Amino acid sequence: MRTFKYVLKRIGLMLMVFAVIMTICFVLIKLLPVAEPEGVLGVQAEIERARREALGYNKPILVQYGIYLKNILTEWDWGTSWEIEYMKGVGEVIGSKLAPTVLLNIYSIIFSVPVGIGLGIIAAIKKNKWQDNLISFAVMLFISVPSYVYAFILQYFIGFKTGWLPVIISSLYEAGGTWFSWTMIKSMILPVLALSFSTIATLARFTRAELTEALTSDYMLLARTKGLTRRQATIRHALKNAMVPILPTIVSLFVGIMSGAMIIEQIFAVNGIGQLYLTSIFLRDYDVFMATGMFYTVIGLTGTIIVDLSYGLLDPRIRIGEK
Amino acid sequence: MNNQFDINNIPAEKFEFAQTGANLHDEKFKTKPIGYFKDAWIRFKKNKASLVATVIIVLVALYAIIVPFVSNYELSDRDGIYTKSRPYIPALSFLPVFDGGYDQKLNDKFLICYAGIGMSAENPTGNETVTWEEAMESEYNPIISIGDEFLAQGRTYRNVRTHSYYVKGFQYMSKTMAEYEDILAWQEETGIQVLYPMVDTSDAETFNPNNAADANFWYKHTANGTPLDENGNPMDLEDVMEHGLVDSYLRDEDGNVQYYIAKDKNMVSVRVLYYNYYIYLNGAEPTHYLGTDGQGYDIFVRLAYGLRTSLVLSVAVSIINLIVGAIYGAIEGYYGGWIDLFGERISDILSGIPFIVVATLVNLHLVQTGIMPTFAGILLAFCLTGWISIAYRVRTQFYRFKNQEYILAARTLGAKDGRLMFKHIFPNALGTIITSVILIIPSTILSETTLSYLGIVSFQGAESTSLGTMLANGKEYLSTDPHIIMMPAIAISLLMISFNLFGNGLRDAFNPSLRGADE
Repeated sequence: MRTFKYVLKRIGLMLMVFAVIMTICFVLIKLLPVAEPEGVLGVQAEIERARREALGYNKPILVQYGIYLKNILTEWDWGTSWEIEYMKGVGEVIGSKLAPTVLLNIYSIIFSVPVGIGLGIIAAIKKNKWQDNLISFAVMLFISVPSYVYAFILQYFIGFKTGWLPVIISSLYEAGGTWFSWTMIKSMILPVLALSFSTIATLARFTRAELTEALTSDYMLLARTKGLTRRQATIRHALKNAMVPILPTIVSLFVGIMSGAMIIEQIFAVNGIGQLYLTSIFLRDYDVFMATGMFYTVIGLTGTIIVDLSYGLLDPRIRIGEK
Repeated sequence: MNNQFDINNIPAEKFEFAQTGANLHDEKFKTKPIGYFKDAWIRFKKNKASLVATVIIVLVALYAIIVPFVSNYELSDRDGIYTKSRPYIPALSFLPVFDGGYDQKLNDKFLICYAGIGMSAENPTGNETVTWEEAMESEYNPIISIGDEFLAQGRTYRNVRTHSYYVKGFQYMSKTMAEYEDILAWQEETGIQVLYPMVDTSDAETFNPNNAADANFWYKHTANGTPLDENGNPMDLEDVMEHGLVDSYLRDEDGNVQYYIAKDKNMVSVRVLYYNYYIYLNGAEPTHYLGTDGQGYDIFVRLAYGLRTSLVLSVAVSIINLIVGAIYGAIEGYYGGWIDLFGERISDILSGIPFIVVATLVNLHLVQTGIMPTFAGILLAFCLTGWISIAYRVRTQFYRFKNQEYILAARTLGAKDGRLMFKHIFPNALGTIITSVILIIPSTILSETTLSYLGIVSFQGAESTSLGTMLANGKEYLSTDPHIIMMPAIAISLLMISFNLFGNGLRDAFNPSLRGADE
């Protein structure tokens, strides 16, 4: 019951924070200078004017905000895109760009979690031997070097020089209209790799630290004195305990990739949310800008709260944000 | 018994000061005192990787500071012809990386055209015949090495390594008569040949009109580029190597070559050897140590300015964040209660806004409307939310120390809040705080390069640059001229690795109990 209340409290707090952020962003975006609508003629102009009227574009900002909130809550209507896809609903525009972004992130997590944890385990078990030194060196390198640098290196050597893999991601049309065709998956390998390296390094480093601590704890000594082999003791006791803090880390890594993937999307010409965000800034498509900005905000906040809560649930001694 | 003292009535004269005239003090330490920072320094010194990283950071910083003063080029220097040149360091030109050359897959016709640059350069009067060997030994010969023939898609090619500067060869230019005279005078004075004979492009039988704009086609050739001999017969590579090329120079009735063609009253068209023209223009031979980018800017000096932008920005950000974060966190942590609660909600909200959104909004509101220059705008964006992590750390440290006895003692002695906070608690928290302040530097560099790469902030142009902008400009040449993007990429990677190692070393030095905790 106490846990339930705690969870509710955290979620309530998050919603409040989100509401405040949304208000601030809305007001700041509405204060920006807007280009006058271009002279569209005829019936289209009528429709356009009606739509602008319905969104309250000429009313005071707070009234507009009221309309905006009402539209979202009642119809899930996040406004209209005027530049990117003329007169299309923002929700629809974002929906159409969601697939590549989410897929890339999921592939990257699927690839990097086992590799990262595996490397971490090897490093911890072989602590201070050459395997550990090698892995620790690589981890240091891959955590420090920015992901766009690997992206360029991958593109140059695997994309251009050898031609093994496509340099940029295929369009949906080339891939035969599906996200799961071989052409598409093949073209996703490079961006997924570029996204994965730092995730792998972070996970390996974290796993190594946790497992090292677990391996030196007293219960391991007890397990060994009971007669378990080193292997049994490691797998059944140390690894299990080390996994507790690793699981929330994976969630936060997923969130991290999701919001950090913008530059990778740009480099590999992925037509995803990151690109949409950038285009909305350059074309001054403010409704889209607002909605994508909120998308990133929600992801960030959800990530934080999931991590905090899962720490609390997995280990009741930890209650982040409680006295 | 009378020598027994009466304990209550000891006569005063029996007393004598034991240490009259002597100063009372503890004995001095024989060794040097080891303070907190000294202790940390001793531990830091033992960490070899961090020491190396420190040296690299210092070297990079020195590069950023010194290079703009000693370089032959300014930030705004730009040459429209020598674009995408490869790194060329004359002293290191025995290394393939710095010989200024790049590999091209050429068929024989282009190979002849490049060899022709040397031939024409050795023959400014138009009256001599230059052999293949002379052309190859010419100073202006763009061919560094010629590989063996190979077949690709049914045609024969060779891998030819060509020099970035000489390969531009000759260029047509429009000059006023006065400029023409000036070049002539300079040529006289220095003995460096700039002006070369104009080419007769009129005969469509012996000159491909499509090549009329390319000043490197000075010899007779057919529409498909095959060179012709005196009698109009096509020559292959072996013939050219044996006999040389036949010029198509513009001559007057007496057979003298023409060095210019009048275009109208004032302007003349001339054919210059661009390498020498460059010397005429700039007073020195082109030496771009790290090459030039797609617009013809010198990468060596741009990199220094980009590093300056990154370093100045990140150091400024960490100082401002340290000050703001320390004060904010100290107040929150020291007073606690509703001040803490309120302060935490504010930082919750600010930290909830993705940084990229903050940067975009600042940029749209303040930079693009012209209220602030780009640099100030991005500095503001970093400072709006960057202090939160410092404040959080300071707050935790304050919670840890504020109830300890020595604080109580100081308070009993009458110390005011401000003194307690910054004289008594803050120095104890300094180690952790310094480490996190140092680690702001690499993260700021990373975010700045990301933002300027994505074009959300823009350092484009002749007057400013940043590492991210250099990356963005190099991206389109990644396949053909990778050095443009790799130079800033290497610089950033080096900085990031060094700062992270340096930060780790500092953390271990200040906080030995955490050593290796997350390595």
